[in-house]
Amino acid sequence: MNVTITVNGKQFTHDIEPRLSLAQYLRENLDLTGTHIGCDTSGCGACTITMDGNAVKSCTVLAVQADGSEITTIEGMAQNGEMHPIQAAFKEKHGLQCGFCTPGMVMVAADILKNYPNPSEEDIRHGLKGNFCRCTGYHNIVKSIQLAAETIND
Amino acid sequence: MGEFIGKSVKRREDARFLKGMGKYTDDIKLPKMTHSAFVRSPYAHAKIENVDISEAEKADGVVAIFTGKDACGEYGVPCGWQVDFKNGETMREPKHPLLAKDKIRHLGEAVTIVIAETLEQARDAAELVEVDYEELPAVTDPKKAMEEGAPLVHDDWDSNAAFDWCIGNDRAEVEAALEKAHHVTEMEYRNQRLAPNAMEPRSYIADYDVNGDKYTLYTSTQNPHLIRLLMCAFVLGLPEHKVRIVSKDVGGGFGSKIYHYTEEALLTWAAKEIGRPVKWTSDRSEAFLTDAHGRDHVVKSRMGFDKDGKIVAHLTDEYCGMGAYLSTFAPAVPTYLHGTLFQGVYTTPLIHLNVIAPFTHTVPVDAYRGAGRPEATYLLERIISKGAQEMGMDAAEIRYKNFIPPFDGVEEAGYQTQVALQYDSGNYEAALKKGLERLGYDDFRKEQSEARKNGRLLGVGISTYIEGCGIAPSAVVGALGARAGLYEVGQVRVQPTGKVSVFTGAHSHGQGHETVFAQFVADKLGIDMADVEIEHGDTDQVAFGMGTYGSRSLAVGGSAIIKSIDKILEKGAKIAAHKLEAAEDDLEYASGKWTVKGTDKSVSFGDVALTAYVPHNYPEGLEPGLDFSSFYDPSNFTYPFGTHIAVVEVDADTGAVELQRFIAVDDVGNIMNPMIVEGQIHGGVAQGVGQALLEEVAYDEAGQMITGSYMDYAMPRADDLPMIETENTVTPCPHNPLGVKGAGEAGAIGSTPAVVNAVVDALAHLGVTDIQMPLKPQTVWKAMQN
Repeated sequence: MNVTITVNGKQFTHDIEPRLSLAQYLRENLDLTGTHIGCDTSGCGACTITMDGNAVKSCTVLAVQADGSEITTIEGMAQNGEMHPIQAAFKEKHGLQCGFCTPGMVMVAADILKNYPNPSEEDIRHGLKGNFCRCTGYHNIVKSIQLAAETIND
Repeated sequence: MGEFIGKSVKRREDARFLKGMGKYTDDIKLPKMTHSAFVRSPYAHAKIENVDISEAEKADGVVAIFTGKDACGEYGVPCGWQVDFKNGETMREPKHPLLAKDKIRHLGEAVTIVIAETLEQARDAAELVEVDYEELPAVTDPKKAMEEGAPLVHDDWDSNAAFDWCIGNDRAEVEAALEKAHHVTEMEYRNQRLAPNAMEPRSYIADYDVNGDKYTLYTSTQNPHLIRLLMCAFVLGLPEHKVRIVSKDVGGGFGSKIYHYTEEALLTWAAKEIGRPVKWTSDRSEAFLTDAHGRDHVVKSRMGFDKDGKIVAHLTDEYCGMGAYLSTFAPAVPTYLHGTLFQGVYTTPLIHLNVIAPFTHTVPVDAYRGAGRPEATYLLERIISKGAQEMGMDAAEIRYKNFIPPFDGVEEAGYQTQVALQYDSGNYEAALKKGLERLGYDDFRKEQSEARKNGRLLGVGISTYIEGCGIAPSAVVGALGARAGLYEVGQVRVQPTGKVSVFTGAHSHGQGHETVFAQFVADKLGIDMADVEIEHGDTDQVAFGMGTYGSRSLAVGGSAIIKSIDKILEKGAKIAAHKLEAAEDDLEYASGKWTVKGTDKSVSFGDVALTAYVPHNYPEGLEPGLDFSSFYDPSNFTYPFGTHIAVVEVDADTGAVELQRFIAVDDVGNIMNPMIVEGQIHGGVAQGVGQALLEEVAYDEAGQMITGSYMDYAMPRADDLPMIETENTVTPCPHNPLGVKGAGEAGAIGSTPAVVNAVVDALAHLGVTDIQMPLKPQTVWKAMQN
């Protein structure tokens, strides 16, 4: 099937198998390997991307379902080589260790801050519920998102 | 302290991870690369009657299919540690076959590999492989595996025991002391099986270059050189110098990626067979079914106290499940990494531990964050608290009564335990005192008793742990059965321009070595951090190494680098003396230059480096170049310790546990980067809390795993945890140059019993003295009803 998808501002058209997941499409067809697959069943959130403005887990979206949509992946967050304030905050607050869950965390953080520009700790923890991190105990991820909120609101 | 040591320097690895530019193994694509999928057994124990690949072979895109009847079926992965039976009988060591030929011994064991042009084609074809099995009865519980008539995992032997083992004082003597004790506290429980769950699933790409007869294996391992050694010398019989292992960005390990897995060897073998690169990446279901698990101890323990609450004796018997085969370090985990910590931080005069280690029809069990030490700490910290509860003593008071007094390992000797080890340095009461102050212990007790009047169930749990890290002195572990040395290698190559490349055999999979190692290298050389690059994870780059686990990277790997730095500075001084026309003894080195003492005559590190590589005017007889490699073999383990305190509230109606506060006071010796140490503690605590409250790998009677996905296996999510309050005391390690002890596992070791102690404390007035982990709401609720 033919799909046309805009990813990080660039439009792509591919003939793909209907069963191809959006995560695999991004990784295999577009070489955007920043979107990680940790479980394939929506359990871990490593594959979180933004689709038409909302955070979705791309392992359980079929690429054909994304036909005509606008996607942002982790590779699209930095602008002109400058890290997005969320990315910068993760570095500042040590919100990552092995880095594998990190792209999903950054993308879901963007979604949390879209919905809660001044999030409480509870808002953040609730918003992170769909994303596993096995390294940080979430402590510094929460701190990173708090800092990102401050930076963005300044 | 220097410019960088001791500072929370931000991590240089972060930019690539944050931008999605990390290069994990599954992100790598090689030209002409094929993909693979496994056919795995749906039974825990079965005979393979027939494997029919005829339909699968006809499927689109199939390149090759291999079964246990092919040549690869003759190879098997051995164990890396030998623990023989107490009666002298050799450890029973079945090799783990790359593909099962006749018999299945655990759910998910690989039967066939299908290699195809695309992953989808490989998976489609795998669906067409027909395997006839005759299912057999299975045993998954380590204690039941030793019962008369239990199904045998390996028919070669008359029981399921892989080995048995004991440590400590004479059993009869310990039993006699328990007979005479004022009070004896008993515990019987299971330290449940856990799945490590690194977020990056295991992933491998094997490549074979026919021209040079060379193999390259890209692998998500914590341990590249050991994988090469094991695979070359003990599995496939390949020439080690023609095999390269590359393991750059790895998404977490927690122990599960230390070991040599069958898939690594199988793919390496297959790449030569098909003459093309072949990739396999585990999915999460396969990870649950095939990554080495942790824990799985069935424990029966007695601790005796005198009338003042002093421990007089401790006797424990354990059944420790090994799974179907012996994974690389498996025999060490319930023995030398476990029994040797039974002294804890207490002066217990008599200790005996007996271990029986059976095979079961389950995934192999091996080291998982803490490896044997969390199991020891859980037992000690639960049973001493239970003893206090039964004797009507305070949980802090009983610990103060039993602590080994402070010793620095320099002026005061190390502490000789009853279980073989000599602790390096410690001040256990200082950590407890700090933790209790942070909590406001007395105020909490008042709040707790007020809350109880209102029907609210608050509890506090204390755990005062010790662990053994900095693994390990080679001669010691060799005498204990290790088949490898556990030194580390550090090479420091000063480039002609004075820039420094460091090659370490330690491996970073989240620990931040690229930053922390650069911090102390820059400080020791007096140069900028930007001039130091840390390389790891490639056997063609790094001379040798034993990988990262056992909180050893800085204590052992860091020390090896320091040795090389010392050699660099020693040789550098000779060159500097020549350039300055001064005697070496008259020079001092600071801030990146050699200066003639008492003068302003100096020569910089960069000048000396250039001279070493352009030796036109050069000391006679001195070799050109400035590049040294060192092996560092530690003289002892290191012994981090600390106090963890948990505060919980139990919902009186549902039994749900809310972790309200967690205080971690850790003494990891000197600290290079506080931010990174805190991060290690946070993550470890989360895993330890996970074991206490949520996590368990459960098998049913037939050996089916009933927790094989994230729908069923509960790991801590962001809303299960509070902010973690971290504190430190600093008792330097006396026997390594940086004075460091290691921080990777402390969080996971200290936290689990703190949480369970807190829940039991919350319910103590209801007569609850123990609850089986994980403390799920229904488990806690049931305990409350009894």
